[in-house]
Amino acid sequence: MKKALRGAGVALFWIGVWEALALLVGHPLLLPGPAATLTALLRLGATAAFWQNVGVTLLRVMAGFVLGVLTGTALAVGCWKWRWFDALMSPLGAVVKATPVTSFIILVILWLSRAHVPVFIAFLMVMPIVWTAVRQALMNVDANLVEMADAYRFSPMQKARYLYAPAIRPAFAAACITALGFAWKSGIAAEVIALPDLAVGRRLYDAKIYLEREELFAWTLTVILLSLALEKLLRWAMERSRGGDGYAGD
Amino acid sequence: MRAIDLTVGFPGKPVLEHLNFEWPEHGAVAVMAPSGAGKTTLLRTVAGLLPPLAGKIEGVDGKKTAFLFQEDRLLPWLSARKNVALVGGPDAAETWLQAMEIEDMDALPGKMSGGMRRRAALARALAFGGDILILDEPFKGLDQGLRERIAERIRDHAPFTLMAVHDPEEARLMGAEIWTLPIKEDIK
Repeated sequence: MKKALRGAGVALFWIGVWEALALLVGHPLLLPGPAATLTALLRLGATAAFWQNVGVTLLRVMAGFVLGVLTGTALAVGCWKWRWFDALMSPLGAVVKATPVTSFIILVILWLSRAHVPVFIAFLMVMPIVWTAVRQALMNVDANLVEMADAYRFSPMQKARYLYAPAIRPAFAAACITALGFAWKSGIAAEVIALPDLAVGRRLYDAKIYLEREELFAWTLTVILLSLALEKLLRWAMERSRGGDGYAGD
Repeated sequence: MRAIDLTVGFPGKPVLEHLNFEWPEHGAVAVMAPSGAGKTTLLRTVAGLLPPLAGKIEGVDGKKTAFLFQEDRLLPWLSARKNVALVGGPDAAETWLQAMEIEDMDALPGKMSGGMRRRAALARALAFGGDILILDEPFKGLDQGLRERIAERIRDHAPFTLMAVHDPEEARLMGAEIWTLPIKEDIK
């Protein structure tokens, strides 16, 4: 209760700052206030098109995120298992991490359909984060516990389930939460540049072109709220999966 | 079990050289030497966790070996019961944790005292079973009464026990024959 009250207080403070700034600027075309933005958001929320755009964007970002997590984890396991594979893949990781996301978007537009660009970009942002974190976590698994597992003849499945999975879980969870934020932001950015038909990014672009500042802010607010909601959902899912120790008694 | 001209250690860094010994199939042998003399290295080699640098050990191939490490090496995310059950099944876990006088079997290692963790690790080694039981400083952190009771239970169960100890009293508790390691000059 106390935490909720404090959260509400913080939110009210920043809405107050926003309102004060809007009054100071005094021009809704430059900076619409919170009330105008909320009204625009409610107006948009009452339309089916709003939910279609949100749903499709959500699907694209989540598809990229899931693909990125799976590929990043597989690459991490490969790099940990085989030194030659680690050496082979490390330049790829460095290039992906160093290349600006906009360069990738512009390049990928030439190769993929507009609807698939955000998926690929979200994937590209997630994959190296998960890859690096899981690889490092696997390298850091306690060698004493690995020797114990060998001495007690753990099967490969038992090692994976009772030794490696719990050992890398904290790093994996932290990487997924960080990567989700990047997937969301980069996916929307890709939509703004690639302009697929149904997309939050497309609606942001349209609002900018047609000088609909309240709508621009309403869409931005939608992106922020969805990002926060997704992060909360992921944290909850991670926490739930940590609840049991997963031991099945075999 | 017989060692022939056995050298143990790490590549380029032998710890014990040209060992020759013969141990019985039953009973207990306590390896005694000061810290750093190579007791653990010898035990790990006998268990097959470290390959010999030279020579060989006969009579261990195909035998099942349970190893109590110097550190407890319990999986920190599993309870005492599950740590033991993972290697010996739920019934053996119940039996051996009781024999080791652990009351809270569902405690995680992080919530257990040092002595409890040691006993849980002992329970795991005993629940694993096998032909050879290797114990590296088994009674570390246990009081005298517990040592006596636990030593008696291990003695009744294990076919052949090889242990590393500092104190000859621990060897006596286990009824073990004491075997003193030849010590290198730099360790003396």
